[in-house]
Amino acid sequence: MTPATVLAVRTSPHAHAPRSVEKIMANVVFALLPICVYAVWLFGISALALLIVTTAAALATEQMFCRAGDKRSSIGDFSAVITGLLLGLTLPPALPLWMGGLGAFIAIGPGKMVFGGLGFNVFNPALVGRAFLQAAFPVAITTYTPAKALDRFTEFIPSTLAWPFMKAAPITEWMVKVKVDGFTGATPLMLQKFDHVTTDPWSMFLGERAGSAGETAPLLILLGGLYLIIRGMMSWRVPLAMLLSSVVLAQAFHMSDPARYPGALFVLFSGGLMLGAMFMATDPVGSPVTSRGMWIYGILMGTLTVAIRFLGGLAEGVMYAILLGNALSPLIENVTQPKTYGERRKAVAK
Amino acid sequence: MTAEKQAVTITADTHPFLNGLWKQNPVFVMVLGMCPTLAITNSVRNAISMGLATTFVMVVSYGMISAIRKLIPKQVRIASFIAIIACGVTVVDFLVKAISIPVYQALGAYIPLIVSNCLTLERAEAYAGKQPVIKSMLDGLGMGLGFALALTCLGMVREVLGAGTFLGYPVLGSHFEPWVLFLLPPGGFISLAMWLLFFAWRKERAAKLAAAEATQ
Repeated sequence: MTPATVLAVRTSPHAHAPRSVEKIMANVVFALLPICVYAVWLFGISALALLIVTTAAALATEQMFCRAGDKRSSIGDFSAVITGLLLGLTLPPALPLWMGGLGAFIAIGPGKMVFGGLGFNVFNPALVGRAFLQAAFPVAITTYTPAKALDRFTEFIPSTLAWPFMKAAPITEWMVKVKVDGFTGATPLMLQKFDHVTTDPWSMFLGERAGSAGETAPLLILLGGLYLIIRGMMSWRVPLAMLLSSVVLAQAFHMSDPARYPGALFVLFSGGLMLGAMFMATDPVGSPVTSRGMWIYGILMGTLTVAIRFLGGLAEGVMYAILLGNALSPLIENVTQPKTYGERRKAVAK
Repeated sequence: MTAEKQAVTITADTHPFLNGLWKQNPVFVMVLGMCPTLAITNSVRNAISMGLATTFVMVVSYGMISAIRKLIPKQVRIASFIAIIACGVTVVDFLVKAISIPVYQALGAYIPLIVSNCLTLERAEAYAGKQPVIKSMLDGLGMGLGFALALTCLGMVREVLGAGTFLGYPVLGSHFEPWVLFLLPPGGFISLAMWLLFFAWRKERAAKLAAAEATQ
């Protein structure tokens, strides 16, 4: 008996060009690479080790789950590489490496593979991993180090080399050694929120500031995003809607009380807004496919980001905004179904 | 086929005590009584106290329910069961308060809530309301201890990972970095999921082995 024709079941996007999931994913990796290189230049070998650990752990977890589920290995589709890189880029470079590895395991395991792998996950896996780390190790994940520290290419930040499951070494001595005067270990967002010190948006645009490894280079993130949009591999609606809505809302807040709320440029270039809007909110799995839906989804996330930053207790809100957006996207998709040709609106019962 | 066979073994062959403790474990098999399971398993001490309190309520009230089961009119049986269980809960409430104030404060509203625990009412309706006194009390004891066992399993994971201690004694050394998440509500869901996964995996493996043996 001959087996029935095997149809390849692929996850969206179902593109008709000679283009596959692997190709698009590989292009996303290309777009991320400059950001990674810049992160390593700013934060040295600690950031490099973190990126390597998260990516390797993501790949190993994917392989392990494929094996356990008797499925064909899916590490060749680059999606685990993207998750690992994105997770590494959203973490502070001083984070102990074992926490980065654990985050990658959570991201790929419970965040993606238990739902059935690529295309079935509800949330962006990298952000699931980061949310787990944020809830599990609230101190370690808010310990930031300055960019361009001395000896960053020859010496690790002491906290990164903690033994697995053990506490990290304090970095106070190291801070003195690298001669960073007056650095309080806070990102511009934290400074603004808790100490009311606003950092100059131009220096933030160049990325020479404390922060997560990959969120400090808005220019490179923009270029990477534009590359993907121009090649038609990413929707332009989601990042535009998210950035635009957060800028407009932030400016409105700023005009109502300039002393308390920072301006639109500050909001745009600080924290992970740019990275989140370009590379995480646009994840085709977690976002709606209708174009009206994409606008609603983007605006929702932009609004939530500004609301959490300005009105909530946290300094940064991009992560939770995107996770909430992911959770709502099936609903958004449902209510924005386009009218099929020839369909008439249902008669209203009188 | 297997479901039928299982149902038979559970109702007829299994001893009522072992049935509750393992075969039909309230948390890991029936997934009942989730409210205390998720809410107060953040330490082993709380988990054990909650389990024992529930066991006491179940044994005492099932004995009473079973003794007067023929006097209770069918139409008002649920209300009668709740009234009897509430008596047991009141006793436990005072007992815990007398034994340890810190435990009483940690358990808080969850002691009065034993009365509305799905598990207590389900066993009264399904078992104690129909079976003789000794068997009902054994069922209550088995179910209660099974519940306590499950809570302790969860409490163990959450306390060891979340604070690095077991029953308050440090077990993982002073350098262990605690996973604060496990003391928070999500930790309850995550550790319950991990235990359910473990049992599901065991069951699947046992079924596979049995199937392999059958074909040989």
